[in-house]
Amino acid sequence: MAKEDVLLLDFWVSPFCSRVKIALAEKGVAYQQRGEDIFGGKSELFLKSNPIYQKVPVLLHDGKPMCESTNIVQYIDETWPSPPLLPSSAYDRARARFWADFIDKKLFDAGGNIWKTKGEDQAAAKKELIQILKYLEGGLGDKDYFGGDSFGFVDIIAIPLTNWFFAYEKFGNFKVEEECPKFAAWTKRCLGRESVAKTLPDPQQVFEFVSMMRKMHGIE
Amino acid sequence: MAGDKVVVLGTYGSMFSMRVQVALAEKGIEYENKEEDLANKSPLLLEVNPVHKKIPVLIHNGKPVCESLIIVQYIDEVWHDKNPLLPSDPYQRAQARFWADFVDKKVYDCGRRIWATKGEEKEAAKKEFIGIMKTLEGELGNKPYFGGEDFGYVDVALIPFYCWFHAYENFGNFKTETECPKLVEWAKRCMQRESVSKSLADPHKIYEFVVSLKKKLGIE
Repeated sequence: MAKEDVLLLDFWVSPFCSRVKIALAEKGVAYQQRGEDIFGGKSELFLKSNPIYQKVPVLLHDGKPMCESTNIVQYIDETWPSPPLLPSSAYDRARARFWADFIDKKLFDAGGNIWKTKGEDQAAAKKELIQILKYLEGGLGDKDYFGGDSFGFVDIIAIPLTNWFFAYEKFGNFKVEEECPKFAAWTKRCLGRESVAKTLPDPQQVFEFVSMMRKMHGIE
Repeated sequence: MAGDKVVVLGTYGSMFSMRVQVALAEKGIEYENKEEDLANKSPLLLEVNPVHKKIPVLIHNGKPVCESLIIVQYIDEVWHDKNPLLPSDPYQRAQARFWADFVDKKVYDCGRRIWATKGEEKEAAKKEFIGIMKTLEGELGNKPYFGGEDFGYVDVALIPFYCWFHAYENFGNFKTETECPKLVEWAKRCMQRESVSKSLADPHKIYEFVVSLKKKLGIE
């Protein structure tokens, strides 16, 4: 497929955009990418492609826009079936969607609460994040990946969010590895994949971005 | 499928329970309905949904599926030969998932704020609710259903809220029919389907339920 057929509207630090990039890399799909200035002026194409939420990522395939990263990853899996990201049985797919939904509802916001707060609020936020990771450890069980032996859908939904953990750990003064060693082991395993390692930004740069956001929010 | 055992844990009046009931009825699946008392959750519910402890839960041959939209997708995939709910084209599926997710993100919270708040907050919630309905009307366009010619996934996601309109309208002092006539036309069209009319709760019972809930919560 020609490179121009697939276009991603992107913001470098967004873990949601990373999900899409990892999925496309796993499928070996060539694509164009355009960085959107989400703080400055949003491009006309961007506003037209996602009028409801005005958020990245947006994937345009043959000019047709799709929004919401979890939704986009499913589209990628259905359009380029090999290698499969979602399991083949309906029940296993329902389990995968459940964990993706759980991650979507909980993980990023919990992390945000850590860097946006201090004192007691921050302590509560840390506790919440650890609880979420423990639930995910339960979902992982003794498997290498959430889907079993192969890297798949839930791993793609989760791994980019861990890219922000270094920042959470610095601001919250804790270490995920100490609290949730199984989750940390899974993270290292995923980071060993080329699609993940080549996509995710340097955690130090993410930390600097979050530091800038804290200043913007007036948090010392 | 012979020998299938399907159990639904739900509560009367929950839009999320109703989605599951509509989907099962569309597929002609027989099931056992177990009414949960949310103030006193059954051990079964806590066992099958330990993460969220919420209804609805579908238990198919002993295996639980949680989250209403995930359940509807599961039902559509398992009983795929009758009344397909999701389109077959991946782009159309992505659009359907986007709009069902939009309903999930927006309608319940906003509707709740109409009856749970007063004064300026209530007025703002009412305005927001009408805005959301107008956006959905825009997406419906001139199609008989959100799915096009056929009743589908987004219709299932949204239609259960219709039996709550009477309560929202009473507490918010507006008429959805005046503000969004096309949407109400769509709802009435859906109500002509037996799967919908038999699954939706009585709007007057919903209203009474909200009245007693407001008393319990101490909201005037």
